[in-house]
Amino acid sequence: MRRGVLSSRLGYWGSIAAGLVLAIVPLPDWLDPVRPDLALLAVIYWILAAPRMAGLGSAWLAGLGLDVLKGIVLGQHALGFLVVAFLTHRLQLRMRMFPLLHQAIVVMLLLGIYHFLIFWTDGLTGHGYTNASQWLPVLSGGLLWPLIVALGDTLARRSR
Amino acid sequence: MVELSHDTRPIIGQGPPLGAAFIALALLSIALMVADHRYQQLDRVRGWLGAAAYPVQRAIDLPFRAWDWLTGSFADRSRLRRENLELSTRLRLANLQLQRFAALEDENRRLRDMRENTAGVAERVLVASILNVDLDPFRHRVLLDKGARDGVFKGQAVLDGEGIFGQVWRVGELTSEVILISDAEHAIPVASNRSGIRSIAVGTGDSERLSLPFVTAEADLKTEDLLISTGLGGVFPPGYPVARITRVERAASATFAIVEARPTARLALDREVLLVWFKEEPQADPSPATADAGQDAEPATARAAGEAAQ
Repeated sequence: MRRGVLSSRLGYWGSIAAGLVLAIVPLPDWLDPVRPDLALLAVIYWILAAPRMAGLGSAWLAGLGLDVLKGIVLGQHALGFLVVAFLTHRLQLRMRMFPLLHQAIVVMLLLGIYHFLIFWTDGLTGHGYTNASQWLPVLSGGLLWPLIVALGDTLARRSR
Repeated sequence: MVELSHDTRPIIGQGPPLGAAFIALALLSIALMVADHRYQQLDRVRGWLGAAAYPVQRAIDLPFRAWDWLTGSFADRSRLRRENLELSTRLRLANLQLQRFAALEDENRRLRDMRENTAGVAERVLVASILNVDLDPFRHRVLLDKGARDGVFKGQAVLDGEGIFGQVWRVGELTSEVILISDAEHAIPVASNRSGIRSIAVGTGDSERLSLPFVTAEADLKTEDLLISTGLGGVFPPGYPVARITRVERAASATFAIVEARPTARLALDREVLLVWFKEEPQADPSPATADAGQDAEPATARAAGEAAQ
């Protein structure tokens, strides 16, 4: 039991760190706009898998990390992560029962809310831009969701 | 379906209630955003946080640099010879031109001395590498491996071998973020080298294209005109190439011409750029108390100037 808690804690922070690193790893220009928000997907996954461990504070910190790495204004991604984490916590009992496709659609909805928040705060701080392809990560994140669940569940089972 | 946690202790009764935590953290984020954006209170904090992020950025950059190094060190002999030949030819040509420029520069300096104006003489340059890190696909910003520790300041001009590259818009301890002249939020005052017509070149978000939105239809601009920096606004040194005009379109009914230009700097290809310290114009700094040129550096100022010029 004790060991399990420790390893899932490690998995939690490790996956968030990996997501943050992958957020700034250089990609080819055509792939860059499609880059999914892996750190956020990791946060959503862990809230569903271990809601007691993955709290709002850690999600907020992950967002703040993204702000430091690539943000325009400090606190912007932190707020986005926080809102998504809160909604996921509210929905988690239902979301866990959804079939995978249904779950992916809800995740896309959450990603859409996140990107809308980023878009909105960008506009408020005078750095706004409008480009249809800024919504592509919502789509790619949704498509990636089943993979993330499969990967997470496999690793989690092994660690137990 | 996501597997349930093995930890089955009750969720309720642990830590503060969800709603309260949410509201507290949301207020904290909003306070952070306001403090960072509105009052620029967090510049120092950001500098240090940026220093914390530096190892991550460096680690990401490393494999790419190693690959460059590997391909460089295992380059075959014939290619090296060819490159060497090409470079020495270019150096010879450049030296030839330099001889002429040296005389011209002397003459120029004498003339300027007579006018007691030493604007635009680069005092010091520092080579900085662009870190292989993606910041935002829709913004033209790059991260340099030089920061406040090397004397980089906000609003500093950044050049490459071919022309003006951009300006520093955020300084960390060890890194600095540069906004490219092609970023949609950037504007730079320019003049045509041929006719002397002044205008503002605004970024479009396309690294091969700048737009000059404030040119009247009668203005004397042609394709292939070289646009050089004017030094107005005090951010960029005057006289450096910025872009070459690629398109001039005049509609009979419109007040403004549609003018587009291609930056001379190789914005998308550069791996190394130059940070430049140049002697400031004596009249550029109205209040000597404000040491850092942070306020002048805001790209929006240049745009506002453009709008005023309409």
